[in-house]
Amino acid sequence: MYDKTVRRRRAVLGLLVASSLILLTVYFGESAGGGLHSVQRGVLDVVSPVQEGASRALKPVRDLFGWAGDTLDAKGQLKSVRKERDALRTELVDTQAKLRDASQLKSQELLNGEAGLNDNAPVRARVIAKDPNLWFDQVTIDKGTGSGVQRNQAVINGQGLVGRVTEVTGSTAIVTLITNHTTQIGGKVSDSGVQGLVGVEAGHPTELVLDDLSSKDVVTRGQIVVTAGTTSKVDRFPSPYPRNIPVGRVTSVDDPGTDDQRAHVAPFADLRRLDLVEVLTKRDSAAK
Amino acid sequence: MRVAVPQLVLRLTIIGVLVVLLQVSAITQIELFGTNADLVPLVIASVGLLAGSVPGACFGFFVGLFLDLALVQTVGLSSLVYVGIGYGAGRLREMRDPQGALVPLAVGAAATALATIGYSLMQFLLGVDAPVSFLLARDLLATILLNAIIATPVYAAVRRILLPALPEDPRRRRRRAYTTGGLSPLSRA
Repeated sequence: MYDKTVRRRRAVLGLLVASSLILLTVYFGESAGGGLHSVQRGVLDVVSPVQEGASRALKPVRDLFGWAGDTLDAKGQLKSVRKERDALRTELVDTQAKLRDASQLKSQELLNGEAGLNDNAPVRARVIAKDPNLWFDQVTIDKGTGSGVQRNQAVINGQGLVGRVTEVTGSTAIVTLITNHTTQIGGKVSDSGVQGLVGVEAGHPTELVLDDLSSKDVVTRGQIVVTAGTTSKVDRFPSPYPRNIPVGRVTSVDDPGTDDQRAHVAPFADLRRLDLVEVLTKRDSAAK
Repeated sequence: MRVAVPQLVLRLTIIGVLVVLLQVSAITQIELFGTNADLVPLVIASVGLLAGSVPGACFGFFVGLFLDLALVQTVGLSSLVYVGIGYGAGRLREMRDPQGALVPLAVGAAATALATIGYSLMQFLLGVDAPVSFLLARDLLATILLNAIIATPVYAAVRRILLPALPEDPRRRRRRAYTTGGLSPLSRA
């Protein structure tokens, strides 16, 4: 009985394997129009509508799994996309910084050319620290004596006069801004040549005043004030500021036509957003 | 021992047709972990485990044949591979009769491995010029893992369909007898 069962089992297995091999051989041996191929096409004709129906019926299930799979895939992609976004953001910030630098350098070059400051051996520097208080009157730059920076040298940016160097180390320097209450600049109105002293107005740390004017001096709103280049005729006190550096524009005049007249001047340089500046390391030979 | 052969054949036919249609129409279009599940070897192995080597081999042959015909691929190729899987699973049941809960999982994973590797080997032997790459190996492994995960529920479903048509299993009869209070050796004592 056992032998019969085993023989039967082996016979069935052999028959099935042989049938498979015969099918394979026949399928390979026959042409595209052969019997097996015809049967295959017939089965396909019968099964195709069923497959189509099943495919439609099972679409919601496929969509559900597809949604789950897409969600998993999306989660996997999220990490790499975030990394890419961070890299692009860094690149964008870098590019924007370069653009800002280029714009500042361009305006600085323009000012150097117009005011003839290239003879004053300008040294480019970047502001690395700022005074955080309300009276915002000094900044630290990244150039010091190693780059030829010395005390009392004028500092400008592309917009105009910024201040002067008051402390210096080997690699950094402190720049006291023109809005500091101790600063006095020899200034003049660029078109009329009216001269006076530019200083900060008490109580208004961001506004300058052109003072020390006579009653004959005519100063009007909108005139441009530049550095005069000298405040003293004594050689021991040379002016740190070369001539014709733009300082600001007259916004109003108090008591015009009197000896007490004072012109309010809005500085050109945006002192709260300083980035690239230039230290004029060589004095103007005429400004003494 | 009663054997309801026509009923078993009918149920196997229904399972075979359904699994091929389901595989072709839906499962192949559902991608999980970058690969598709393959129900066919799992169902064939389950049939072998439940019904024995001869029904398993026959079921594998005809399901393989139907699959080859429906997918318009080389006739006889899938049959040859699936005959081995059905027969092997059936022989495992006949020789060892494993009862562990993880048996369907292990047999399912082995059946999938045999099916995918066997089918690939046959394709290479028949001259399909496909390079053996890391990608292919990774896909094979992913399919085996995915099938191992779904092997137990597939086995349970096949068992549920086939059980009424299967010959009476002495061990199952014994278990049922204990729970209903009859034929227990203790009660006889």
